[in-house]
Amino acid sequence: MKLIFEKSQGGRRGGELPRYDVPPAKVPDELKRERPPRLPELAEPEIVRHFTELSTRNFGIDTGFYPLGSCTMKYNPRVNERLAMLPGFRDLHPYQDEDAIQGALELMWRLQEALIEVSGLDACSLQPAAGSQGELTGLMLMRAYFADRGEGDQRDTIITADTAHGTNPASVTMAGYKLAKVETDARGNVDVAHLREMVNERTAGLMLTNPSTLGLFDEHIEEIARIFHEVGALLYYDGANLNAVCGISRPGDMGFDIVHINLHKTFSQPHGGGGPGGGPIVVRDRLEPFLPIPAVVKDKERFRLDFDRPKSIGRVRGFTGPFGVFVRSYAFIRSYGPRLREMSEVAVLNANYLLARLREAYDLPYDRLAMHEFVLSARSLKRDNGISALDVAKRLMDYGFHPPTIYFPLVVPEALMIEPTETEAKETLDEFADAMLAIAQEAEDDPQLLREAPHGRPVKRLDEVLAAKRAIVKYGFEDHPDLSDAKAEPRQLEAQKGA
Amino acid sequence: MAASESYPDDLKYHAEHDWARIDGGEAMLGITWFAQDALGELVHYEPPNEGDTIAKDSAYGEVESVKAVSDVIAPLSGEVLEVNAKVVDEPETVNDDPYGEGWLVRIRLSDAAEVDSLLNVDAYKQVVAEA
Amino acid sequence: MLAEIGVSSVEELFRDIPAGVRFGRKLDLEPALPEQELSRHLEELAARNADTSKELSFLGAGIYDHYVPAVVDTVLQRGELLTAYTPYQPEMSQGVLQAIFEYQTVICELTGMDVSNASGYDGTTVAADACYVAKHATGRTKVVVTEATNPQVRQVVKTYAPGFGLEIVEVPHRGGVTDPEELRRAATDAACVIFQQPNFFGCLEPAPDLAAAANDAEAIAVAHVDPISLGVLEAPGAYGCGMAIGEGQSAGNYQSFAGPHYGFFAARNDFIRRMPGRIVGETLDAAGERGYVLTLQTREQHIRREKATSNITTNQTLLALGGLVHLSWLGPQGLREVGETCMGLAAYAQSKLVDSGLEPAFPDRTTFKEFAVRTGRNAQVAIRSARERGVHPGYALGRDYQGLDDVLLVAVTERRTPADIDRLVEALTP
Repeated sequence: MKLIFEKSQGGRRGGELPRYDVPPAKVPDELKRERPPRLPELAEPEIVRHFTELSTRNFGIDTGFYPLGSCTMKYNPRVNERLAMLPGFRDLHPYQDEDAIQGALELMWRLQEALIEVSGLDACSLQPAAGSQGELTGLMLMRAYFADRGEGDQRDTIITADTAHGTNPASVTMAGYKLAKVETDARGNVDVAHLREMVNERTAGLMLTNPSTLGLFDEHIEEIARIFHEVGALLYYDGANLNAVCGISRPGDMGFDIVHINLHKTFSQPHGGGGPGGGPIVVRDRLEPFLPIPAVVKDKERFRLDFDRPKSIGRVRGFTGPFGVFVRSYAFIRSYGPRLREMSEVAVLNANYLLARLREAYDLPYDRLAMHEFVLSARSLKRDNGISALDVAKRLMDYGFHPPTIYFPLVVPEALMIEPTETEAKETLDEFADAMLAIAQEAEDDPQLLREAPHGRPVKRLDEVLAAKRAIVKYGFEDHPDLSDAKAEPRQLEAQKGA
Repeated sequence: MAASESYPDDLKYHAEHDWARIDGGEAMLGITWFAQDALGELVHYEPPNEGDTIAKDSAYGEVESVKAVSDVIAPLSGEVLEVNAKVVDEPETVNDDPYGEGWLVRIRLSDAAEVDSLLNVDAYKQVVAEA
Repeated sequence: MLAEIGVSSVEELFRDIPAGVRFGRKLDLEPALPEQELSRHLEELAARNADTSKELSFLGAGIYDHYVPAVVDTVLQRGELLTAYTPYQPEMSQGVLQAIFEYQTVICELTGMDVSNASGYDGTTVAADACYVAKHATGRTKVVVTEATNPQVRQVVKTYAPGFGLEIVEVPHRGGVTDPEELRRAATDAACVIFQQPNFFGCLEPAPDLAAAANDAEAIAVAHVDPISLGVLEAPGAYGCGMAIGEGQSAGNYQSFAGPHYGFFAARNDFIRRMPGRIVGETLDAAGERGYVLTLQTREQHIRREKATSNITTNQTLLALGGLVHLSWLGPQGLREVGETCMGLAAYAQSKLVDSGLEPAFPDRTTFKEFAVRTGRNAQVAIRSARERGVHPGYALGRDYQGLDDVLLVAVTERRTPADIDRLVEALTP
């Protein structure tokens, strides 16, 4: 398929702009643009066709089953798209006066209250832009909390699980902490004996998700919380797997002090090909003074932004957060109400059903009931037929499914992490299971078919090694008849008519 | 075309899957067949600078494949005399010929006694078997 | 299903959860609303906001009321793009991957840089990203930022600084712009210098001189720029900058009470291995056909973990895609026209306000789409009074800057008309 630049025809454009009868402004010569940027030049119908064609080469939840473990690819309710586009939300400037943004502030406050209830903690900030930023904000809160208590220099280490998502250790470094890793035991729980050796008065805290990335609920979570609280350390909950336990077990009740929630996972914000997301944090009372400013507060019957937080860590991003995401997540929560618990029950039911159907054909590293996701291994296929998790994933594409997460968590070789979510019908789960079983059989009968998969996508298997070596990260224009740098004259654009 | 598995017996080895070829007061260093096989095709080598001091058991550089990045551990201490420019330009050389053209640095040894703590080929093959 | 699993109830699926952490009551949330009632509730909340259909707006200060063409909505509502995940499986995601590659190209074209990432969170966090890259590239821990840079950008950099181990030094504005000499002195031993063009006051900085001052001190020059201005203003890459960052909202996104939008981050090739965030690269498939993949992933958290160039995972892809569509619809001619129109209308508005008796806060400065004007009274009072006449006249600069309590920052985009400007003048007349 051509790039949009390869479809450009000089002089074409999407639409006309308004012209006004005002004197033209002059840019000082030393600041003026010399050569126009080589933006695409297409008429509107061609633009629509180009992006429509691009979308047909892409697979979303709207297209089919998307069981990416740890991503919670649930259906994104369409009414939420309409609601986010209401002019009262869509066309609102963030610096409007307080009296002019009461609807927006109320929505945010209500969302905060709902997240507080779901997490079992006391105070919420919606500011962080995504889970990773929520993690970093949470670690900054820890730093501020300990500094306030005079323990800032003493506490220099954060403990993460060896099954942790890569964002956890990356956040630890960005927050200026040292990293320590605790092992996982044979039942998929944090190794409590190993933990006891590691935790001391230098520990600032723990970062953990529960259920873990293995899809298993940690059976010793109460003991783990005790170990950290006894030395005055804090517990941080990575909310990536919250879809398993809403209304069933709350992170605050498990003993966590700071929680981030992924609005683009648990609360249905569409992933948009990589973003946007939302990573609000919810904290225990004693951490509230350190939350980012401004806070959204309710003052009798009115809502306002409170900047009077002398102990706040400051601002972690512009304004009050991704408001369009809040609209969608709030609408999602309001459409469930207290029945949010059923969301988790069905998510866990669906995962265990798939696990039951697949456990004979693939290796199961931890033989326990799963929560909302589970991890299989293609290790036997590798040993017996030379077929890797990657080959299984590519072959699933030919069956019309998006592959699960592969090669994560790191503690499982040839890992396949499968998370169906609650919005899938049993028939879909059965079709997927049938495909996985068929592929396990194909691994024996016709392994080459898998190694060369996919066969039915717009492209064949792509060469990532070549991409890394060439590092071609933008269109080069060299072959374009009009726009190559070889042309000496900067292109002259028409002066604006009537200017 | 990746090389087939081999561990030359005229080399000394380090448990972190590095080799050393001693030549008087100098040594040539690189990574073993096991290491390049685990990483996959290398796409990048981040070397130290010539003149840098490197320390035994510490990282002196990095190698990357598409899916993984790995520190390269120095089996011996010394001063970097030469960095293999061929590997910088064509990292896959390490996969094709990990003990020959795929050498990473040449160093002047600062403590010849360190050589005694390295593994011979049989001891290293044991490490590989247990990995 | 329960039979296949081998349990007798859904409740049994949760038997591994210790009793001590079981949630024993119903969630205290308001009852479920079906779609129609849900819509009514949200519409009621929306109706209590004064959006731009209710009040004529001259608010800017980082978020702007530019015209978003209808094709942007059309593309962003395509379910295959809207509901897709990060393109880790490239054969399923050529649509998103190619779109990001095109976006990266457009950002590089606008900024004159060699490499762009797939987006950062917003125009503030990309400044923190730039500091992190500069620190690791230079080994220095001092960062210089101009006072004329957006206050929120400066606040975010200061929030990130302790964890990054950075010292932040500000260079004050002099009459609405930055003095290159002062910047050069401050930039000794700095990892990078961040300046904004046009700056927060809407004034055009002597950007090539500021970049030169940074380069003289061997600090990396980082320009924080407005994408809509880059059809008329020079690209940072053409005047000595090492990185170009900014808030993308003006290109392709509604204001939406400030989010979600997208930050852009572009740099010279020297910095490619230190870039935060995702990067899409071109490659071939097994049949020799061109295709796109995420590349140089060894920079990122899922591989490099604690040594990653950033912890960022989810970014702002869909909003960046909106930027790509908008800029494609404009083309180079349209982008230049938008810039010229904004600049001309803003200058016209300023002259009309001056005619009516108000003083410019920074006389003799050339401005782009915003300007600062003295109202002759407390700016918040002026705003209240103007709003009674259905006009929001701009941002009260005294909220962020000393000695500017009577000053309004007035933004004029291509969505405003000369008739709107007449209303502004009238609304600011006491």
